Amino acid sequence: MMALFLTFLKAFAVGGLICCVGQALLMHTKLTSARILVLFVVSGVMLTAIGVYKPLVDFAGAGATVPLLGFGYSLAVGAMRAVQEKGLLGAFTGGIVNTAAGISAAVMFGLLNALIFSPHMKGHN
Amino acid sequence: MNKMRNEEHRRYDRMVKALTPNSNYIQGYLRAFWVGGVICTIGQLISLWGEKGLGLSESSAAMLTSVILIFLGTTLTGIGVYDDIGHYAGAGSIVPITGFANSIAAPAIEFKREGLILGVGAKLFVIAGPVLVYGIASSIVVGVIYWLIGRLAG
Repeated sequence: MMALFLTFLKAFAVGGLICCVGQALLMHTKLTSARILVLFVVSGVMLTAIGVYKPLVDFAGAGATVPLLGFGYSLAVGAMRAVQEKGLLGAFTGGIVNTAAGISAAVMFGLLNALIFSPHMKGHN
Repeated sequence: MNKMRNEEHRRYDRMVKALTPNSNYIQGYLRAFWVGGVICTIGQLISLWGEKGLGLSESSAAMLTSVILIFLGTTLTGIGVYDDIGHYAGAGSIVPITGFANSIAAPAIEFKREGLILGVGAKLFVIAGPVLVYGIASSIVVGVIYWLIGRLAG
């Protein structure tokens, strides 16, 4: 029970802190949210490549995989694993294979969403 | 005259900026922290359910988590709630994968009137496009370097 609580606490704290890094960029720099998203994904790829991010994922679980850094982590892990299995071609397949579910879900739900909802239905009255 | 007033304005702005306590910043961090933390905790809950409840492997559970969170992100965007979360939480709503989902869903809805192809279809990727371009490209670079290192070492 305690261990379970700790798992959630770690996910909460690490995920929150990563968002605070984004918040710092948002408040103290002129970076737009699009640039921050790109920065986070590429940083996730780099941090994974140099072996820094995997320990954080092991420690914090979803706290490290749910932020966009984790998307970069999935891309890089996929690419490296596929290289081990299939050689150089793996570098071109592994990243997308490992993130296919997320990318496809985003496209599908994004599309459905746009078909169902209209701009004027958005919250602000 | 106008110039002078502008100068005054600017000086006043600078003064206000210098004197305002950092409470705005602190509040920004707190909100980003707890909202981002809660979204990650929900992710943890889903992945635990996937692993223990559905008996999925760790990587499948992670994929399931992404899919469900993305579904929540796009749906909350559609009904207009994610916008409000964004105003409140700043990066706490942008950085998690739900923010990525929002960046896909929001422009797709926004540009619906421009048609299904160049409206919805193209604008889906206004922000997600760059994210995928640089994310995928950098992962390929990493994969190639990893392969080279393996060659040289092996």
